[in-house]
Amino acid sequence: MSEFQEHQAGYLNMELLRFTTAGSVDDGKSTLIGRLLYDSKAIFEDQMEAIEQASINKGEEHVNLALLTDGLRAEREQGITIDVAYRYFATPKRKFIIADTPGHVQYTRNMVTGASTANAALILIDARKGVIEQTLRHSFIASLLQIPHVIVCINKMDLVEYSEDVFEKIRKDYEQSISDKLNVKDTRFVPISALNGDNVVDRSENMSWYDGPTLLYLLEHLHITNDRDFSDVRIPVQYVIRPQKKEYHDYRGYAGRVAGGVVRPGQKVTVLPSGLTSSIKAVDQMGNENMDAAFPPQSVTVRLEDEIDISRGDMIVADENQPSVSQDITFKFCWLSETPLVPGGKYSLKHTSKDVRCIIKSIDYKIDINTLEKNHEDKSVGLNEIGQMTIRTTQPLVFDAYDKNRITGSLLLVDEGTNNTVCAGMIVD
Amino acid sequence: MEKYDINHLRELEAESIFVMREVASQFERPGLLFSGGKDSIVMFHLARKAFWPAKVPFPLLHIDTGHNFQETLDFRDELAEKYGVQCIVKYVQDSIDQGKVAEETGVTASRNALQTVTLLDAIEDLKLDVALGGGRRDEEKARAKERFFSHRDEFGQWDPKNQRPELWNLFNGKKKMGEHFRVFPISNWTEMDVWQYIYMEEIEIPNLYFTHKRKVFNRDGVWLFKAPFMQLKENEELVEKDVRCRTIGDITCTGLTLSKADTLEDIINEVAATRTTERGGRADDKRSEAAMEDRKKEGYF
Repeated sequence: MSEFQEHQAGYLNMELLRFTTAGSVDDGKSTLIGRLLYDSKAIFEDQMEAIEQASINKGEEHVNLALLTDGLRAEREQGITIDVAYRYFATPKRKFIIADTPGHVQYTRNMVTGASTANAALILIDARKGVIEQTLRHSFIASLLQIPHVIVCINKMDLVEYSEDVFEKIRKDYEQSISDKLNVKDTRFVPISALNGDNVVDRSENMSWYDGPTLLYLLEHLHITNDRDFSDVRIPVQYVIRPQKKEYHDYRGYAGRVAGGVVRPGQKVTVLPSGLTSSIKAVDQMGNENMDAAFPPQSVTVRLEDEIDISRGDMIVADENQPSVSQDITFKFCWLSETPLVPGGKYSLKHTSKDVRCIIKSIDYKIDINTLEKNHEDKSVGLNEIGQMTIRTTQPLVFDAYDKNRITGSLLLVDEGTNNTVCAGMIVD
Repeated sequence: MEKYDINHLRELEAESIFVMREVASQFERPGLLFSGGKDSIVMFHLARKAFWPAKVPFPLLHIDTGHNFQETLDFRDELAEKYGVQCIVKYVQDSIDQGKVAEETGVTASRNALQTVTLLDAIEDLKLDVALGGGRRDEEKARAKERFFSHRDEFGQWDPKNQRPELWNLFNGKKKMGEHFRVFPISNWTEMDVWQYIYMEEIEIPNLYFTHKRKVFNRDGVWLFKAPFMQLKENEELVEKDVRCRTIGDITCTGLTLSKADTLEDIINEVAATRTTERGGRADDKRSEAAMEDRKKEGYF
């Protein structure tokens, strides 16, 4: 290997980690992101010059790193982040995608959107304020969307004299008032000062009592591979490939992204909802015909031993541990639209590669995301509201519980008049 | 690496292929916007992978400003020939001749912005309901807010404040008659990812990306190629330099990088060490802080 190849071998073997940050300017969220980007050299000179100039023009004292992420004119004018902004940086270990979202309650739908694809969530706590209402809200959203890893960053430690007592008190408080109520697999705590860089990229000399990892080290080393489901085979069929070519005359492949399990040639499979059975003849990619195995999140094409009727919207699954097949679906929801839900209304529904229609049967309850109290009385559903509902679909869905598989357990409702995406759903058993 | 680990390039590839297959399934008449630049070349490679062993089920669409590097056009024609894919070319000159747009005048005149009209006309003429583009969110801050599936109204306009939420892998391509979509399968790729992928997959790219000697001039800190139709300002002079393209677009606004990189390895090292953004050399983005947002709202790429 040449020196370059050795060097690049490292780059080419990086893993991808997606994480979400929720918060307002006051929490130091922008400062923290700015710090991660700046210290990992993901901010370029011309970008830095542009925001320095913009900060001066606005008469601001410090360079406002929020200007980096606020991409739309309206956001810059109002000085707020309205939408989800995606930012990218890399270290020699990993490539990171940050879904940066605003933190206020009126932007719950943006937080939910950012959380839907995240491997990890960063929750920011101001060390002077401790656990507050929005800490619970952000943690609840992370738990609702089943983000496997939560990193609680206790920020502004420089303003509490880097006190271990303050850190420990907030940690205990979080564990008692939040962790115990929510279902998060892995929660970590890091004391930081985003402004001064303590424990963000480099270890802090001001907090010798802390012997845990820095934030960046944690992000680089969280074990994420096993967050995917490698046990139960799920391949939602996206597209049927039938080349009209001589050399591939009889080729009939089912293209899709593996949503669960490890699929291998020879494996017995069932196609749902029809229930027809066959076995895997081959798993293909261009330049990689007849693969030994395919697993999430690979996009592949599978061929079956038998000619059976399969089309988009069907799911190829292993014989054991099959998913549920039903027209009656109960799911936790977040309403995403300014137009409220129509009780008993009909909506289009998107689930894996399947499009059906559905009717709203019942609103089971709503949750106050500031207190986690359930409300069984109020049946109205408007923007940003979270709860549980039951629907009936025109055709059966093939699904798993969202807690088990985030791909086969998630769905969207679409307004049939405007075509807008109005509701996110996480299927309950 | 463990058995079921996947590296970032393969994960990005899988995501892009998934998006392309969604496009082929959800839309009736897609077209792949092809400029001959590295991003659109990678897009075509991903499209081949998505539908292999079948052919790519949609044509390429090139909006030719008439001010392109000849090398790019040759590369485009060879690629179409080699893979037997239809390549439709629409000319900005035609839009000018039809009186739909007026040519900019003065020394900084560029046809870059005029492309929008030609593009929207092409989408209408060809009855495309979706145009696949190679835009990336790391390129520019307005692009950082763009969805994978980006809805356009009947005038081809983008409404950044009223975008559909996009969650998980569920892409909503529903639309009314006359509306269309722009879809960006490589949204999550960075410049570095694109170069590493070209290296890993051994994808052919135009020679313009590698170092060569060329007569250039400096305008506002950016090195530009002097095409016959361009005018020099009084203080500008032509000098021969070792240059390469970091991006390839319309000649009038494609800044050249002083570089001696003549292999992909050199380019990757250069990208890793560079301290300015890729579009830093693009004069079209320097027109104002919201230049890209404004062009995108009107229907730009």
